[in-house]
Amino acid sequence: MGAIVYGYFTDELDLLHGIKELQEKGISIEDVRTPFPVHGLDSVLKLRRSHLPKVAFLAGIVGLTIGMGFQIWVFTKGWPLNFGGKPYMSIPSFIPVAFELTVLFAAYTMGISFLVRSKLGPGQIPDILDEKVTDDHFQIILSEEKNKMNNEELSAALAATGALDVKLLKGEQ
Amino acid sequence: MYVSPVREPLINGEKSYKDITDDVIAPIHSKPGKFWYLGIGISSTVMLFGFAMIAYSIWFGIGTWGVNRTIGWGWSITNFVWWVGIGHAGTFISAILLLFRQKWRTSINRAAEAMTIIAVMCAGLFPLIHMGRLPLGFFIFPYPNTRELWVNFNSPLLWDVFAISTYLLVSLLFWYMGLLPDLGTIRDRMKTVWKKKAYNFLSFGWKGSARHWHRHESMSLILAGLAAPLVLSVHTIVSFDFATSVIPGWHTTIFPPYFVSGAVFSGFAMVLTLMIVTRKALNLEKYITVGHIESMNKVIIATGSVVGIAYITELFMAWYSGVEYERYAFVNRALGPYAWAYWIMMTCNVISPQLLWIKKLRRSVGFTFVLSIFINIGMWFERFVIVVTSLSRDYLPSSWTMYKPTWVEVAIFLGTFGLFFTLFFLFIRVFPVIAIAEVKSIARSSAKKFIGKSVRNDQPEKH
Repeated sequence: MGAIVYGYFTDELDLLHGIKELQEKGISIEDVRTPFPVHGLDSVLKLRRSHLPKVAFLAGIVGLTIGMGFQIWVFTKGWPLNFGGKPYMSIPSFIPVAFELTVLFAAYTMGISFLVRSKLGPGQIPDILDEKVTDDHFQIILSEEKNKMNNEELSAALAATGALDVKLLKGEQ
Repeated sequence: MYVSPVREPLINGEKSYKDITDDVIAPIHSKPGKFWYLGIGISSTVMLFGFAMIAYSIWFGIGTWGVNRTIGWGWSITNFVWWVGIGHAGTFISAILLLFRQKWRTSINRAAEAMTIIAVMCAGLFPLIHMGRLPLGFFIFPYPNTRELWVNFNSPLLWDVFAISTYLLVSLLFWYMGLLPDLGTIRDRMKTVWKKKAYNFLSFGWKGSARHWHRHESMSLILAGLAAPLVLSVHTIVSFDFATSVIPGWHTTIFPPYFVSGAVFSGFAMVLTLMIVTRKALNLEKYITVGHIESMNKVIIATGSVVGIAYITELFMAWYSGVEYERYAFVNRALGPYAWAYWIMMTCNVISPQLLWIKKLRRSVGFTFVLSIFINIGMWFERFVIVVTSLSRDYLPSSWTMYKPTWVEVAIFLGTFGLFFTLFFLFIRVFPVIAIAEVKSIARSSAKKFIGKSVRNDQPEKH
């Protein structure tokens, strides 16, 4: 990772303004760290909509197919049992189990995808620059690699937005 | 941006973001007080006694219980349904209220969900030990055995296995995913190295990146969408255990909605019982305000009234159906040998919540606390009435009998209280009781600090 410049705000509205000011100067933002999901931040950063809902939908279909398919197989092929002369393949009574499996598959596949996609998981060591980003600091991180400006110019631009305590971190080459 | 003072603040006091963090994690930082030690001491003793009695009934058999041939479902199934019902509030609060964008949810959802998970664990114990042969419990799962025989997928008892296990797993996932950011917050406030490492492990390395939040929010919304029908399905399926049978008093189509609203009713009562004590003990009165208590009381009126209407509809249908067994079942409930249980149920569940129409009572912390305990008792008796009185007098008068629990059953029930409170006491020491990040996210629109003031005029316009 190249050199990075970072600073923080203590108010989320200042953060949103700071980001817009930087974007107007054509500076691309490496990352923003906040203590809570800031309303409007994703549209300012132009983050693409997450694919997680689609993942959940597909996994739900898989769960539904497995749940329904297995029950139908058990009662028509695997071991058909006669319960008081009722039909072997009685779809209505397969719905509860199929529904539960749909929810289970969708929820867990989405949860695991979220962790994998975000590179989060037990044993992950995060690169925390300021421990207060989980308290009341709203941090902007700029990287030299992705911008045409050099460190000093980036630091100056960030400080000009009102960001506090702007620091430079030289990356390992 | 002007914040309207029409709604009362959800965060009282001039709380900054830092204050929110510090207030919520204070109990994790400080040394536990003597009340905590006393509480966990008592509850874990009761829990161990309950476990010993579970071992006793497995060793000597279900003969140590008061159940008999006519009344095969005694306290154990009553307790099971009661605990599952209590386990409905947490996911209702965090899923359904999230979909309805109820901001007051943020202060209570974390603790309510923890309560849900613990209550479902307590509930799950009962059918397991009621099966009698615990080591053969795995028979309930559809696994390929040597005879290629499968479980009966047509049975509501099996649906229950799937519903409750799914509910437990999904609630756990929802709860833990919501905890990740707050565990990161705790990690960054910890001074000791091993505690920092432990909380980092638990927080999965959370760092508050905007991309993570973006995904986290979209995941939470979909999880809420999945969990909402799940909450409704669980008690629906529990009610099928009764409704699909042919026992008069059980064989009723009204059971699913009636059980679900009863479950939410009892769940909210238990949340109130717990939170009224917790907010006081942990100094969280600024976050769990009287306004929160009032909102929960409104849910109690709504669900309690549905339960009341269901009781009356049941009575009406028993008469209107013209089925003599059905009619007798309900006459027997109200006037038979278990009439005392029926009238406790009626008083606690139908009459007492109606008092909440009075605003003064709805906003009274003391009254709400007493009422919530009444509702807990009433809802336990509801399940007792359904399970025991219906079975005690069915079609064949020669098999009519009475049921009385033995001390083993009573001790097992108390033991689940021990388990419940032990885990809850541990929870409040290790995890934040309030969802810190979620409360911060509503601060600007709902905290006293901002309400009624023109805070800023420069809200960035939408893209």
